Amino acid sequence: MASPTLQCDALTATIGDLCVVAELNLSFEAGQFWGILGANGAGKTTLLRHLAGLLEPEHGAVALNGQPLHQWPRRPLARMLGMLQQQTHYVFDATVLQVALTGRHPHLGRFERERVEDLERARSALAAMDLLRLESRSVTALSGGEARRLAFAALQVQDTAVQLLDEPTNHLDFRHQVRLMSRVGEQVYGQQRLALAALHDVNLAATYCSHVLLLHEQGQWQAGTATELLREEELERLYQCPITAVETPYGTRFHPTFSDTPD
Amino acid sequence: MLKTSHRTVLILLCLLAVGSLLLATLLGSENFSLTRLMAALQQPASLDGQLLWRLRLPRAGAGFLVGAMLAIAGCLMQVLLRNPLADPYILGVSGGSALFALVGMTLGLSASLIPPLALLGALIAILMVFGLARGAGPWSGTRLLLTGVVTAAGWGALISLVLASGSDNSLRGMLFWLMGDLSYARLPGWGVVILLAVLGGALALGRSLNVLGMGESTARLLGESTQGLLWGIYFMASLLTATAVSVAGSIGFVGLIVPHLMRLLVGSDHRILLPAAALFGGTFLVLSDTLARTVVAPRQLPVGVITALLGVPLFLLLLNRARLRAGAQ
Repeated sequence: MASPTLQCDALTATIGDLCVVAELNLSFEAGQFWGILGANGAGKTTLLRHLAGLLEPEHGAVALNGQPLHQWPRRPLARMLGMLQQQTHYVFDATVLQVALTGRHPHLGRFERERVEDLERARSALAAMDLLRLESRSVTALSGGEARRLAFAALQVQDTAVQLLDEPTNHLDFRHQVRLMSRVGEQVYGQQRLALAALHDVNLAATYCSHVLLLHEQGQWQAGTATELLREEELERLYQCPITAVETPYGTRFHPTFSDTPD
Repeated sequence: MLKTSHRTVLILLCLLAVGSLLLATLLGSENFSLTRLMAALQQPASLDGQLLWRLRLPRAGAGFLVGAMLAIAGCLMQVLLRNPLADPYILGVSGGSALFALVGMTLGLSASLIPPLALLGALIAILMVFGLARGAGPWSGTRLLLTGVVTAAGWGALISLVLASGSDNSLRGMLFWLMGDLSYARLPGWGVVILLAVLGGALALGRSLNVLGMGESTARLLGESTQGLLWGIYFMASLLTATAVSVAGSIGFVGLIVPHLMRLLVGSDHRILLPAAALFGGTFLVLSDTLARTVVAPRQLPVGVITALLGVPLFLLLLNRARLRAGAQ
């Protein structure tokens, strides 16, 4: 798998009047796992959608391996870059296995049907997310966490060098949060892929991410290694609330200061 | 990788289609026995032969064609608007198509100009719904239906206006545009070509339709350049609706009921859903028309009346069953 580079050149992204990032000059390299942190509505999803080429930036550009995203035809792009969207709403009935198999779509020709090895890929991705026993279940009958795991399994089946993850651990229990994040980590660090995840859980970012991008108000941003930036004062500025750091055997972890708890 | 169960379903649907066509040729003002049918088949010049070759077979063929077209158009519109309740009749596409055809007839244009006019009407009607009702979020479904219902009512009113200002003796013939009627329908060769071409095109797009049904962003992330795809589907659905309307007027509910039933039977993979819907859509309309010809014989009902009378309760039943099933899980 070719080592990918996702490059932002003076990227300015806005939603309506709100500026998400201004003049973002940053290069995301292979072997890096980026956590994108920011308050609710800071524009994490919008930024990811720009990085996936789903939105046209107002100013600046995003390039994958030196070629601007809007010049990439969608099919080869989908073989290099995949995105786990924040929510998937299923209008039509389909089975869990069928949805997992959609990850093969960009890899198959127009008249090609899914082959045995495609089925095997889909089944092993489902198994990794504890979904194999649900493979013939209708997607409309899944719980929130199961639907999330299925969307991640489909992304694994798509097997891309760049993975954009929009709140991947939403609705997941502890076991599956760890399962998902460590799987992404293995692929990034072990296979020189690139992952960017919008996260609300600072401690997951501290545990798994090598780098973080903090989205502050009015388009201001900070980027750097996780150890550099995940500190009390940065996080207090980011979330506008008091934060307490706790030293643990795994490193520093954070929680909001619970001012109304009785001493 | 066609599953055995799917192959069986397709074979059964083929048999059902042949059975419906056979029934349509046997039953009518004069019921045939099988031996009489065979004799009529071999002697086209005889009275029975003329009845068979000039009336029953063309009408049954036209019915099958129109049913198959409406069912595929329904499937395509449901993906296009990402709503399982989309249907050419409910969304007013049939109505727009019928109005344009009707105006063309009132103006005394030559018969060869009517189908292109019907196509223009269908394109305009679906573009209106498409433009007004497409959008993200949970409201788009409601907005779509409201827009569709309102534009359909508008087309209906305009059709009534044209009918009311027309001469009395042309009224009865024109009414068929409103209700859908196969009485004067003949199987046009170009219609068959259009059906096969669109079915082939849609089957080639089968996997793309599947991912498009999961949303436009998902489809793009999976490698589809959705603009071209959406316009292609839009054009195919309009072409089918316009052809169906120019053959048999605006027949309702086939495009809604048939895809819905077939989804329950074979699932939502368009590579199997589209041929199943085409086969069953044809069967359904041929059987409905046979009923329309025989139930109050010697008088004939417009087939649109029958499809609506069958379609409405069937749809309510399906909706209820789906709700019960969802509740049980």
